[in-house]
Amino acid sequence: MRNLWLFISKYNAFFLFCLFFIASLSLLLNNNSYQKAWTLGISHQFIGEIYERVNFFKNYLHLEEVNNSLALENTRLKNELKSSYLIDTVEKHIVRDSTRKLQYIYIVARVVNNSIHQQNNYLIINRGSKHGIKRGMGVTGPDGIVGIIRDVTENFARVQSVLHTESRFSASVNGSIGSLVWGERSLNSKIAILKDIPSHIKVKPNDLVVTSGYSLFPMGIKIGHVKRVGLKGGNSFLDIEVVLSTDFSSLQYVYVINNKLAQEQQAIEAQTQNP
Amino acid sequence: MTNIFILNLVRFIVLSLIQVFLLQNVGYYNLSIPFLYILFILLLPIKIPHWLLFLLSFVSGLTIDIFYDTLGLHTTACTVMALARIIFINLTLQQDKYESNQTPSLGTMGFRWFFFYAVTLTFFHHTILFLFETFRFSDILYTLLRTVSSSIFTITLIFIYEYIFFHKRIR
Repeated sequence: MRNLWLFISKYNAFFLFCLFFIASLSLLLNNNSYQKAWTLGISHQFIGEIYERVNFFKNYLHLEEVNNSLALENTRLKNELKSSYLIDTVEKHIVRDSTRKLQYIYIVARVVNNSIHQQNNYLIINRGSKHGIKRGMGVTGPDGIVGIIRDVTENFARVQSVLHTESRFSASVNGSIGSLVWGERSLNSKIAILKDIPSHIKVKPNDLVVTSGYSLFPMGIKIGHVKRVGLKGGNSFLDIEVVLSTDFSSLQYVYVINNKLAQEQQAIEAQTQNP
Repeated sequence: MTNIFILNLVRFIVLSLIQVFLLQNVGYYNLSIPFLYILFILLLPIKIPHWLLFLLSFVSGLTIDIFYDTLGLHTTACTVMALARIIFINLTLQQDKYESNQTPSLGTMGFRWFFFYAVTLTFFHHTILFLFETFRFSDILYTLLRTVSSSIFTITLIFIYEYIFFHKRIR
């Protein structure tokens, strides 16, 4: 203690200088808008750069999984190619096909920020209004649905993921339609709950749960499979636990679905609600 | 002791008034601006305690800042200048030779010492002042030019002031 005091008093000019310099510098930075803006700008840029670096290395860790999922998706898409179907018609004539219009357009996007441990989870993707993204569009991943677009800026969009207590998705299992919710009982990022399925429907574990086509998503997009079927006492509805097929913890690429007829559909739905 | 206190107080008030009401309107565009008020810090007694020196520098910088509406800018420059003063005096003078209330002025210290003293401290003060005013290194040459030309202006004024008020003691 004595030595410390001696040390301080020997170099007291320096310590006093530090004290007064910090005081005057804080005066300067707090009261002059230009200097303040400059300092804040530098620190934000610095932090942003660090995040970007970390993200860059994190991407490498998931490289194998991403590769696998891309390869799987490639094979799936190849299976849907026209050339892989067997052509067994003998007669050919050209028909100008005006009935088949493109209803859904897919926009690929990369996930730049992701959370799965909160009660209300969001993802940020690197596509925004510049790329034609609008509020309310559906988002799917390579394995199944991911969420809905909530907010859109010029270059980025925020996705309200399935892992959100206010998310509700229309889902169907064995032809019967219910609604998919998450986070009522547990915050496990792999399990969601399918409600409103009448109890007379037969549902077994491992049955496939897909989108119903009533909402923003095209019909038949995979959501997950049934894990456990329960019946709440005295209730006429089943209580189904669904294992989500999308692994939210390693999600890197998603597809935003632009439903070209969404506006028309919403308009007529609004009409029925307010006659 | 009261004598030296009142002398410094009067000097502080006079220099601040000159700075705020006269020199604020004087200057060669933005390039050469005089800051005569730093003479107050230059002329504080040689043996002044460090804490008092820092405190007075801080207060005088703050006073000028309030009138110039650049809170913190002159304060920072004056604090750095106080440190430069302590180091300069430690390096060039043997302090035990001097009386407790002696002022390091032109009359008592001689032209050569006072000239280097004034030039060094003014340069430190102006460098910090203009650097923190522009707050970036991209226009460093322009900032340096402003520092040098303003220093010349300030030092000229310091010598004029010294010759007017302490002319008799030189002889």
